[in-house]
Amino acid sequence: MSSVTGVSLADETPGPHGSAPLSGDGAGTGRLGDRLFGGAAKGAGIFVIALVTLVGVFLLWQAIPAIANDKASFLTSREWSVNDSNNLRFGIVELLWTTVTASAIAMLIAVPVGVAVALFITQYAPTWLSRPAASLIDLLAAVPSIVFGIWGLRTFGPVFEPVQNFLRDHLGWIPLFSDANISGGSTILFVGIVLAIMVLPIVTALSREVFAQTPITHREGALALGATKWEMIRISVLPFGKPGVISAAMLGLGRALGETIAVTIILSTLPDGAKWTFSLLNGGETFASRIANNAAEFDTPQKAGAFIAAGLVLFILTFVVNAIARIVIDRRKAFSE
Amino acid sequence: MTTSTTATTSATSSSTTPPASRGGASTDLGHKARGRAFKDQLARVVMWGAFLLALVPLVWILWTVGSKGYHLLLDAQWWGNSQRGITARREGGGAVHAIQGTLIQGLTTALISVPIGILTAIYLVEYGRGRLAKVVSFMVDILTGVPSIVAGLFIYALWVTTFKFQRVGFAVCLALVLLMIPVVVRSTEEMLKLVPNELREASYALGVPKWKTIMRVVLPTAFSGIVTGVLLGLARVMGETAPLLILGPYTKSIANDLFGGLMPTLPTMINQDRTESLQPAVDRMWAAALTLILLVLLLNIAGRVVSRFGSVKK
Amino acid sequence: MKIQRFGLLASVAVVGSLALTACGSDNNTGATAGGSSSGGSSSSDCPTGTLNAEGSSAQKNAIDEAISAFQDTCSGATINYNPTGSGAGIKQFLAGQVDFAGSDSALKTTEKDGKIEADEAAKFCGSPAWNLPMVTGPIAVSYNVKGVDKLVLTPEVIANIFNGKVTTWNDASIAKINSGVTLPSEPIKVFFRSDESGTTENFTKYLNAAAPSAWTAEPAKAWTGKGEGKEKSAGVAGAVKSTEGGITYAEWSYAKDNQLGIAQIDNGAGAVELNGETVGKAIATAKADGEGNDLRLKLDYATKEAGAYPINLVTYEIVCSKGKDAAKSKLTKAFLKSFASKETQASLEEIGYAPLPDEVRTKVAAAIDALS
Repeated sequence: MSSVTGVSLADETPGPHGSAPLSGDGAGTGRLGDRLFGGAAKGAGIFVIALVTLVGVFLLWQAIPAIANDKASFLTSREWSVNDSNNLRFGIVELLWTTVTASAIAMLIAVPVGVAVALFITQYAPTWLSRPAASLIDLLAAVPSIVFGIWGLRTFGPVFEPVQNFLRDHLGWIPLFSDANISGGSTILFVGIVLAIMVLPIVTALSREVFAQTPITHREGALALGATKWEMIRISVLPFGKPGVISAAMLGLGRALGETIAVTIILSTLPDGAKWTFSLLNGGETFASRIANNAAEFDTPQKAGAFIAAGLVLFILTFVVNAIARIVIDRRKAFSE
Repeated sequence: MTTSTTATTSATSSSTTPPASRGGASTDLGHKARGRAFKDQLARVVMWGAFLLALVPLVWILWTVGSKGYHLLLDAQWWGNSQRGITARREGGGAVHAIQGTLIQGLTTALISVPIGILTAIYLVEYGRGRLAKVVSFMVDILTGVPSIVAGLFIYALWVTTFKFQRVGFAVCLALVLLMIPVVVRSTEEMLKLVPNELREASYALGVPKWKTIMRVVLPTAFSGIVTGVLLGLARVMGETAPLLILGPYTKSIANDLFGGLMPTLPTMINQDRTESLQPAVDRMWAAALTLILLVLLLNIAGRVVSRFGSVKK
Repeated sequence: MKIQRFGLLASVAVVGSLALTACGSDNNTGATAGGSSSGGSSSSDCPTGTLNAEGSSAQKNAIDEAISAFQDTCSGATINYNPTGSGAGIKQFLAGQVDFAGSDSALKTTEKDGKIEADEAAKFCGSPAWNLPMVTGPIAVSYNVKGVDKLVLTPEVIANIFNGKVTTWNDASIAKINSGVTLPSEPIKVFFRSDESGTTENFTKYLNAAAPSAWTAEPAKAWTGKGEGKEKSAGVAGAVKSTEGGITYAEWSYAKDNQLGIAQIDNGAGAVELNGETVGKAIATAKADGEGNDLRLKLDYATKEAGAYPINLVTYEIVCSKGKDAAKSKLTKAFLKSFASKETQASLEEIGYAPLPDEVRTKVAAAIDALS
């Protein structure tokens, strides 16, 4: 295997006349072309840093005054009244609950199904099918999210309603399924299911890649010991692919947390001061959908700041999730070399 | 139907029937083996089941959108006319204004983000050492995590609140650039890493400067992979709606000037028509959704075709 | 020299999309217009150019109709209206993003956040900003209950339904005013607008004025009652349509388009059905308010007049009295003039709006003439 970057040993060896080892763009010759090109590449990198810094500064700059003026506790309050700038009262706990629960439902469905589909494509599907099957699942990623939204609300929702009523009528004694008087196809549970469909291709694509990389020796070794195919998968493919699956799940989660338009279309909102319930059959708003629902009406800086503060929390949340995914991926790389 | 193919494919599927089930020296062992064989079969059924299950929403969505939207697409008017003067209760008009807007905005977004994205990836893979590279990589991660609605808010604050410009098509492009750069950087990075180092070293050995090596050896080798990444990124931003809610008001007339006023796009057209309950508008909504899906699909297919012709040779 | 492929690919893409954008037609007026060539765009009533407007979604269908009619006669003009909400319209107007705003309430003259909306607008315009009432329309209390074609509601009952005190359809308070109607025992599902909306504001203004003891919350754009939130008028109307036992408030056209039941309102002088006549009667009693050409229309929500449908909203166009851009203000003037004309106003009736009363209409027309 070749090494994975453009680092060359020549970079670290001293120059011909005893000059110091080249550092940075070591293989560059120092000619004008090299300096220009290297500079442009570096410039692009610095541009990205500047861009992100700008976004971060902007979010903080807009959010901090609002958070500072917040008369309620930003992290623990359920209130959200931002129209009177002298009496801002807003907290994110409800948004956090809806966002995290809907995404968790999405993950609970998408990860097992996605892994199974990835296993199907890499291990079970006959060769003629495996490539088309992979492309078909990838097709799901090509459906724009606004289409998921209108399909979910108008077509899938009515079909799902009886299922939801069944849960409510028969499992209503579990707090998670208690009746919250929200019409079918507009609940957190339903949004979670639609999000699961949306992130399925992400989970599948990444898991597929790592499963396909399972060293053939591992698999053949297992088979040679008399393992059935399933046992082979359990003892060689799955352990090898585990970090990949985790990072796939994290990337999918990042997408689910930030999804805006589909959630806005599907999920019913609750009025101010609605009773708190743990029910998944309740409505609510995620961070992104609350911003989208109100984006047209940011008429005072204080009010806009409150929503941007919510955006900031979402930004941090997705960043943490993405960062975990990257750490896991990097670790896998370190181990597999 | 598949046993013959499976048997001949690869080493992995060489034993579709578990060897243990053929043994069975004692009754106890045979019993166990039957259990194992059962589990194996069960797993096979579960995997097939999962795959078929995953196909259900895909087929369902495509069927819903296709069957409700296709008849407008068959009309030449759809591809030739705008919605100018068409109110929700009138039938007729087309989507050409929105299709053009989507293409122009997508192309402009790509023109800005592709050079930046590729250069950043080149920096990370070919040049970046030490702290700065780590920071850049970290920033790209953060950028990946920017929710699309936040990108829209950011550009609104910059473009309208700070600079007091009009909301124009170009502002939408800037928000989309924010979303596209990380996609391009990450996919290009993966592709550049796949280029064997031996190629680079051979080029250096011939006395070719580094920048020429990258331009003439590394990039062409990774070309198809980069193009695929760009096309997939483009497909993603073209279907993006959230920033348009804030930055891209809709217009029913053809407007192709990026800097002169409102610019219609397919997502905003869908978004406008979905707030109507009259049949002509609902029909147009499904038709616009179908058009958008077809457009995005076309890009995806193009990406795949490019990647098929000349992937990185290992 | 494979790198040229990048350039090749890019140029193919550019050329391709340029080719695509070269074609396309804005002419949707059909064969008749093609022959008669309606583009007498040089006449003084038909300036050319583009206007952008934004705001209230309650007037969207009306202004769409007016735009369509105006553009048919003036093919050189393009007017865009985005129904993003009244607050958004005013915000974009003050930010100089739109040429005029549509709003469900006139610019506020009271202080909020240390700023007075009307003064801000005057500062932005360099001249007073005028509110021109242009569209009036009823808000329908729409329901979906099987077998109930006729439903009478009083303001108190409506208030109690929407604030969650009355929860089933066969509640005694509803049954009392609907003798002879078999009401089911199913729960009432209230739907409200999840976005901030002028419709919500006007509806709560009505409840607050007509049933002050039952509806105590301050009228606001954001919903203060109970229920389940859906996006925009189409969202609430669609939800009621698909939900047995649902009830909501929405502009008349949405209730009609979704074939929902529309409650008759009894403000104290007998049940009043929602139709053009009853709305006209209510609007006719509206008083013009405001100084000079800055017009405001005051509705009497608690009206006890027999045969007048009381839940209405008035939407305004907000314009600078002296425009900053001569060409644009000429176009604005021409368009608003056509919007306020008797013919256009009359044509709005069939799509669920009520024409401005003649007295108000002449005042509005005079104000438009005074725009410069």
